[in-house]
Amino acid sequence: VSPFPTHLLSIDDLATDDITEVLRVADSFAEVGRRANPKVPTLRGRTVATLFFEDSTRTRMSFETAAKRMSADVLSFAAGSSSLKKGESLRDTVETVEAIGIDAMIVRHASSGVPAQIANWVDHCVVINAGDGWHQHPTQALLDLFTVRQALGGGDEGLARFEGLQVVIVGDIRHSRVARSQIAAYAALGAEVTLVAPRTLLPPSLEGWPVATVTQDLDDVLEKADVVSLLRVQAERGSGEFVPTLREYTSHFGLTARRAAVLQPEALILHPGPIVRGVEIASDVAELPASLITEQVSNGVAIRMAVLFLLLGRAPTPEGSRD
Amino acid sequence: VTEGRRRTTGGPPTVLIRGGTLLDQDGQRRADVLVSGGRVEAVADSIEARPGAFVLDAGGCTVAPGLVDLHAHLRQPGREESESIETGARAAALGGYTAVVAMPNTEPPLDSAEAVRSVLDLATSAMAEVAVAGAITQGRAGVRLAPLAEMAALGVRLFTDDGAGVQSAGLMRRALDYARGIGVTLAQHCEDSSLAAGGAMHEGAWSSRLGIPGVPAAAEEVMVSRDIALARDIGGRIHFLHLSTAGSVEMVRQAKSEGLPVTAEAAPHHFTLTDGCAAGYNPVFKVNPPLRPAADVEAVKAGLADGTIDAIATDHAPHPPELKDLPFDQAPPGMLGLQTALSLALGQTGLPLAQVLALLSWQPAAIAGLDASRGGGQGGPIVPGAAAHLVVIDPTAQWTVDPGALASRSRNCPYAGWTLTGQVRHTVFAGEPVVVDAEAQR
Repeated sequence: VSPFPTHLLSIDDLATDDITEVLRVADSFAEVGRRANPKVPTLRGRTVATLFFEDSTRTRMSFETAAKRMSADVLSFAAGSSSLKKGESLRDTVETVEAIGIDAMIVRHASSGVPAQIANWVDHCVVINAGDGWHQHPTQALLDLFTVRQALGGGDEGLARFEGLQVVIVGDIRHSRVARSQIAAYAALGAEVTLVAPRTLLPPSLEGWPVATVTQDLDDVLEKADVVSLLRVQAERGSGEFVPTLREYTSHFGLTARRAAVLQPEALILHPGPIVRGVEIASDVAELPASLITEQVSNGVAIRMAVLFLLLGRAPTPEGSRD
Repeated sequence: VTEGRRRTTGGPPTVLIRGGTLLDQDGQRRADVLVSGGRVEAVADSIEARPGAFVLDAGGCTVAPGLVDLHAHLRQPGREESESIETGARAAALGGYTAVVAMPNTEPPLDSAEAVRSVLDLATSAMAEVAVAGAITQGRAGVRLAPLAEMAALGVRLFTDDGAGVQSAGLMRRALDYARGIGVTLAQHCEDSSLAAGGAMHEGAWSSRLGIPGVPAAAEEVMVSRDIALARDIGGRIHFLHLSTAGSVEMVRQAKSEGLPVTAEAAPHHFTLTDGCAAGYNPVFKVNPPLRPAADVEAVKAGLADGTIDAIATDHAPHPPELKDLPFDQAPPGMLGLQTALSLALGQTGLPLAQVLALLSWQPAAIAGLDASRGGGQGGPIVPGAAAHLVVIDPTAQWTVDPGALASRSRNCPYAGWTLTGQVRHTVFAGEPVVVDAEAQR
């Protein structure tokens, strides 16, 4: 068994065994989360910094909660209030934060690849990608797997059911870091992934992607779907220019009540959030029992605890030798 | 230490290049070359060193006309933290060049006679001839023609808005018509901005996977196609800068077979590196036009081999480290090229030395209007009376690229750690040995 990677930059960094290990470790941290005092000393004395160069609500809170539940000290860096505004470069900012003496850097950036660049600059801390541009958002994909596995019975039984599972990912895949991580993650566990999007919201090339089917016809694939994972139309990233109107998008690609009625009774509905109700998902569909949107958020903390544990928890403590 | 190494005062010294094999457009032969007063004095089987002559050993080496780069960004005026005319010319001399064409996308741009004159003045003491490409449009804004004839009166023979293509077909057609009248060449950076907008690498399998906005091959090809149609329509000479796609090469091949007056260049990185180099998100591999897939690389090589592409040009584009530490999509495009072009041309194209030198020396010299037929002294042939712009190349010497050891002010070289074959041993510019044993003499 190869060691867990040094940094978590992409789902592609993880072997299938690594993914299943994250899920197993997350089971025990999910149990911690249900305790009256949901705190363990695992990362006491370790310092985790969140460097969010792009706005985020759930991911940042989720990582910080995860770190605090593991008794780590948490430093929080927001680009808006930092010396970046005074003209400090990204690299200088990163090297300054590292020099403070931290063990992990959790990075979100609007540009693809920034966590990989940072991983090349730092010497002593691990880098966790919390979403970079259109590229990857690995912990989101891991928490999606965890959520689906839970709904499918949990544990090894739930894991086994990924083999041949029909997963339909709908929406702006072109600009989606979540999709790039999800596709690799679902495929690693044996699921069959179908992409549904207008041609202009698909990546220019799908060469080498572990995707079974690509279609523009959502109605055609809903009946067979075991999991429907919806992506937001990212108007702030300009995806609005890729479809004529949002109304046209919703009429062809939105999960309306009419379409939800076609789903198998056990089908699961996921959305990484934030939801734009009425565009990619109808408000009443988001509230259906099949919808796991809230579970995704709560499972996010357990998954991030697991990732922190696997990257940091088994490494030497700060008192020990770092190198 | 080479005998007789000394700084010259009062004109170029007498130099004897001894023991090499001459290679120019007239062919290959064993000969010594005696240089005095900045000119070739004699070419003969064996020439005795006269007292005080500076002797350059060319044993095992090829003596060729100095290389001519059609495409160098020397960054002066305006971005002297990246490069200067002095440092860029030193890098050129070390790379075997005796002439470079300085691109006009400086700050301010070289779009007037005054701006051109200021660069020519700064270049008088440089270690290579610095010719200037003037801008086609005022401010390189693509709206109004720049004063092409005023710049041409100062010797400017190539005009380009490089860094951007002339987007308006109507303006480009008018520019071609005007340029035809004054006998100058327009060099086009082929990039349709509506197709390329926001792109940071080649659009394809790698960009899709990496989540980096892509530039489709069509962004280049639609402008190559358009400009060929304009050349057919109105005439005028067009030189296509840094061709990077199979489609572009094929269109230029067709245009040439039709007899249209078009020429083209390719950059070393476009026949050496592929778009997969972006996988590590290192902006040193970001360049414009972007690195393309292997099929395009092969098409560029085929274009070099069959004469569709006339010249290898560096697109030497220095940027300081802080700009290459930006996120990939925000970092400026460009890579150093002057000191690695010859070795890459020898090692990557698979072409014989004579053809490589044609692509690096006399063919670009003719495109730049710096050759003997236009009254210039670049690109050979090496005959008595010719200007002494010469390079001595050891085609088998190996060297390892260390960006920190290059002469440029910048370090954005994508070949760090590569071991290359073929090295410049000496460069003689206007009769002066400016590089001796691979070291700059000033």
